[in-house]
Amino acid sequence: MDLSKTDVLPTRSKARLSNSNLLFLIAAVIFIVMYVFAVISFPGSFMQFQTFVDFFNLNAPLIIMTLGLCIVMIGGGIDISVGSVCGLVTMACAVLLESHIGNVWGAILLALGIGIAFGLLQGYLIAYLEIQPFIITLAGLFLANGLLTMLHKDPINVTRPDFVALRDFDIVIPFLGTKNRLGVFIPCEIKPGVIVVVVLIVLLAALMKWSRFGRNVYAVGGNSQSAMMLGINVKRTIFFSYVLCGLTAGIAGFVFIMTTGAGNIGNAAGFEMKAIASAIIGGTLLNGGVGNLLGAPIGTLTLLIINELIRAAGVQSNFQAIISGLLLYLFIVLQSVVMSLRDRKKISLALPPWVKLPWFRNKEQSV
Amino acid sequence: MNMQKVMTRMSHLVLPISVLLLLIIINLIKGADYFSITVVKGALYGNIPNILFGASELVILTIGMTLVTAASQGQDISIGVSATITSAIFVLFVINAAEVTLVTIIAGFLISCVAGLLIGAFNGILVSIFKVQPMVATLILFTGGRSIAFMIDGKLSPILANDISNQIGTVIPGVPIQTPIILTVVFIIITAWVLKTTNLRLYAQSVGINPSAARLNGINPKKIIFLTFLIMGVCTAVAGFIAVNKAGRHDSVNLLKLIMMDAILAVAIGGNSLSGGKFSITGSIIGAYTIEMLNRTLLRLEVEPEAIKAFKAVFIIILMVVSSPVVRDFTRKIMDRVRTLGLIDGVLKRHAPETAAVSSPGSIKRKEE
Repeated sequence: MDLSKTDVLPTRSKARLSNSNLLFLIAAVIFIVMYVFAVISFPGSFMQFQTFVDFFNLNAPLIIMTLGLCIVMIGGGIDISVGSVCGLVTMACAVLLESHIGNVWGAILLALGIGIAFGLLQGYLIAYLEIQPFIITLAGLFLANGLLTMLHKDPINVTRPDFVALRDFDIVIPFLGTKNRLGVFIPCEIKPGVIVVVVLIVLLAALMKWSRFGRNVYAVGGNSQSAMMLGINVKRTIFFSYVLCGLTAGIAGFVFIMTTGAGNIGNAAGFEMKAIASAIIGGTLLNGGVGNLLGAPIGTLTLLIINELIRAAGVQSNFQAIISGLLLYLFIVLQSVVMSLRDRKKISLALPPWVKLPWFRNKEQSV
Repeated sequence: MNMQKVMTRMSHLVLPISVLLLLIIINLIKGADYFSITVVKGALYGNIPNILFGASELVILTIGMTLVTAASQGQDISIGVSATITSAIFVLFVINAAEVTLVTIIAGFLISCVAGLLIGAFNGILVSIFKVQPMVATLILFTGGRSIAFMIDGKLSPILANDISNQIGTVIPGVPIQTPIILTVVFIIITAWVLKTTNLRLYAQSVGINPSAARLNGINPKKIIFLTFLIMGVCTAVAGFIAVNKAGRHDSVNLLKLIMMDAILAVAIGGNSLSGGKFSITGSIIGAYTIEMLNRTLLRLEVEPEAIKAFKAVFIIILMVVSSPVVRDFTRKIMDRVRTLGLIDGVLKRHAPETAAVSSPGSIKRKEE
């Protein structure tokens, strides 16, 4: 309930929203506006509950990756190796599952192991040897990509019966669904990856909000010098943020192969930039110290809705990239303008007294 | 004393030069004919000219990247994409021209430079006025830029089939050195001249170290950051011009793909901090050539093409660990200890006065750093 605690250093007056929450609020409002716009312009497809669920079904790996990346970015770092690590995990799992010793549990362990190994390596080099994160994670990107191509070059389709059963497993929600043209009722289906996403969102958001580690990450990202003076172990905090990011990349890899069921060199290629873009749209600043983990799924979904809208409008495929670039431009400028106006104290989000959102109850009490 | 001054001034170049030497030694072990140069149709060919030829775009982009990094404390990740857009405009102009002469090519190049300036202004306004981090600001162009280049092309990879482009991409008859190398050298000389005659270096460094302190001293940080992005735009235009003439056709999907990673790496290998401040263009240029040499060395060592990326990554990690501040402090401590032991040894042997007089100021100076 108390979101104002997410910033370790309180803003000047308690009555104002913290930067994290303001950016999150902007992202959430834009997401809702986009979705309403989508529903109005294409009521046939976007009204269906399945369409909404499919955003999660098909893009669960990206959301998971963005969560981990957000933690690193709040801590003031960057990790551009997440996409390649995810791709490496899919291929390694596929090779393991197709060999005679493989089983699903082994694949899960392998996925987590690869992710944590990359996290440990990068975290140690960045936190304890004080090397620039961009370069180390760039090397991580090359390493994961190189290992992926060394491991196997051709696409592998996993045919193990127990894995295929897991891949095809759908959770059916009987009361939500749509009728197709013939009048047959099709219930809504959810992939198991979505449950992983929801669990991770809840777990990591709680971790960042209420645990000591989470608050340390905000403090370190805001100002590592003053965090150190407050007695926070800066190096250990940075180290664990990278380990956590590696772990989420590993999980994302397993969810990826659980959705598609095949290992391929092109898996998760270019996801790192998508994840960074989603994190930015979700209100995380690259400087560190500002961000809300709930913004990660919102940012990802906003990016995806933009793409889906353009696809639904039937525009030429080249315009897709241009329009998503333009929208990214709008987001970034909007965020920047709002932040700079706040610094000049020209606006403070003064809500009328009759708006009683649960988040702001604390503010009203303090006034 | 003079020698010491030179040594301290050159201390940031130790890392890139030692890496370069290491690579040369590896290559010489592999085969003693590494430096051999052959003359084919009046032009020089061999390993060294090939490295200089292959790294020409990277060097030009690295120069711009060093300036941007120094002033704006961040990196421009859209350079490959901007070079693709500018070269698409160049190709469009040349193909639509009635007759391809040297004037047409130069006019096309100037137009592409204007496009580069516009792109630089776009990024620069975002970074300097809207105060967006450079990586985020350039992510916009990175997302949508290749589609823009594709739309300018209008069709799949138009071909530059004329003699002048061919000569710019390879060799001009009668000149023994490949044209891209000459263009790169000219560009480096112009940059050196600009940095020598203007205050750009000082201003960029002071803005990068502390923008508010720079503002209090009468430097406008916004202007300087904007200027570095404009220079970056010109660099991308020149690099795109060279790349497209080298390739002979404009492939908007793959032209200079992922070159920003190499450029940032070159800046880091050159001993520059990626968080802005003091910079050394010389180091960056050596870094760029080092990367090209590394790529070619891996090919020469017959590493499988699939494994090249992994090897490169391991090399980068080792390099960064060796040059990391913690390891550097550690070696400095050990060196000091060795020196102190030597000093004590000298005292015992009663040769103390000269040794102490020479070595103690050096060690004190080093501690101050």
